[in-house]
Amino acid sequence: MMADLATYVLTALGLVFFVAGTVGLLRFPDTFSRLHALTKADNLGLGFIALGIAFQTETWAQLAMLALIWALALLAAGTVAQLVARAALATTQEEE
Amino acid sequence: MTLTYYALTGAVLVGLGAYGLLAVPHLIRRIIAFNLMGSGLFLFFGAAGARGGVPDAIPQALIITGIVVALSASALAVGLVVALARRSGKAFLPDDYPADDEDRAP
Amino acid sequence: MTLALDLALCVLILGVALASVAGGGVFRAVIFFITYGLFVAMAWARLGALDVALAEAAIGAGLTGVLLLAALGRLRRMNATSPPHRTGLHLPAAFAGAALACALGWAWFALPAPSPPDLGPVMPQSGVGNRVTAVLLNFRAWDTLLESIVLLAALLGVWMLAQDKDWTAPLGPRYHAQAGGVLASFGRLLPPVGLAFGVYLVWAGADSTGGAFQGGTVLAAVGLVALMSNVMRPPRVSQGVLRAALVLGPAVFLCAGLLATASGGAFLSLSPALAKPVILTIEVALTISIAVTLALLVIGASGDGEYAP
Repeated sequence: MMADLATYVLTALGLVFFVAGTVGLLRFPDTFSRLHALTKADNLGLGFIALGIAFQTETWAQLAMLALIWALALLAAGTVAQLVARAALATTQEEE
Repeated sequence: MTLTYYALTGAVLVGLGAYGLLAVPHLIRRIIAFNLMGSGLFLFFGAAGARGGVPDAIPQALIITGIVVALSASALAVGLVVALARRSGKAFLPDDYPADDEDRAP
Repeated sequence: MTLALDLALCVLILGVALASVAGGGVFRAVIFFITYGLFVAMAWARLGALDVALAEAAIGAGLTGVLLLAALGRLRRMNATSPPHRTGLHLPAAFAGAALACALGWAWFALPAPSPPDLGPVMPQSGVGNRVTAVLLNFRAWDTLLESIVLLAALLGVWMLAQDKDWTAPLGPRYHAQAGGVLASFGRLLPPVGLAFGVYLVWAGADSTGGAFQGGTVLAAVGLVALMSNVMRPPRVSQGVLRAALVLGPAVFLCAGLLATASGGAFLSLSPALAKPVILTIEVALTISIAVTLALLVIGASGDGEYAP
């Protein structure tokens, strides 16, 4: 029962961060601030969701897989944000 | 009921893909439309295979085969588009824009 | 509640599909198509077809996305002109599409009640526990054998589109990655994890979700990341190891089929006693071939000619 409650609260919290990140993506003016919104808010949101689901796992292996998914998503998001930022920087410099 | 949703979604996707394949001139978008058609058909087929309660393994295996074949067909199509662009400098078929072709003639 | 979830998912699928067909900009269309693939993978998971969900996410969204993005990059470097944007509806095409959708919709309600063949009694003879794997590598092995050959034929087709002078040049476009930069570190960090996961998917595929195609795709993706981050040197058509890897899967599959004929059975029939080891051997060989073929299909023919002045 407590585990279910924890799942509800944590996934809801995660969703709030996702909504915030999406609003930022849609409303922020340039690529860099959009990236900021996307990587910061969404990674945290995913972390909360993973943590929430962790309360539903039955074995340690499932828990480890969840942690692995979160770590890989974090790594990929960080790398992609860097690459997009670099590409955006190159285009803005070309335009100037 | 759930299955009907997915089957009808698949049917609409096939129609949408057919529209894109016929009406959209950019060849990369045509490849996308072709893929939409394929995956819509898979969705329809998969939903039909799941009507027995548990999803039937035979449609699933055929769909996995289909997804892989769709990728190889797309790769070949992309190769053709790149080769066309290398020769003509265009990412669309000249037949779609005959007038445009005359403008470019020396 | 779950009905609402399915309905929302269907609406999302149709929305992103529409955006990828009719939205403005080709780059946007490709991004929407990748999103579409992920939504469809979720739909497969909702339908209970987990093996298909994995294949769709890895191949439909992942590899096809990389393929299309790379194609856009090549077109841009060649300064290929895009067609002028057409506004308005193309009426004959819209009519054809709507007719097709309606016909399929009608067919759904006209379908006879299902009577799926029951695989339960024959599963113990198949040598594996995952029904989809049993169908792919035992009951309908013909399909899978021919499919592996189709992959090979498509790759030959892609290679044949290269210009003569590029035949021995490194395959695919040239990638730039700063030594010691983020991409280079990503390219060193991800492959070990990806390799382990790909091998796990193949191994697990015998009894639970996974299999040669899904595992092979993950391995192909690992190869692509290694190529893009310049951790691995781009391959060439002339490499013997590469060619051997390409034909290994179909060759082992054919040999297994012929051995069955030699021992008195039909082509590709597996005796229940030997099924498990034979399927495992075929799967390992097939995974290697699938991984190499898919990665090469995605990077395409040599792009050196495109850089000529």
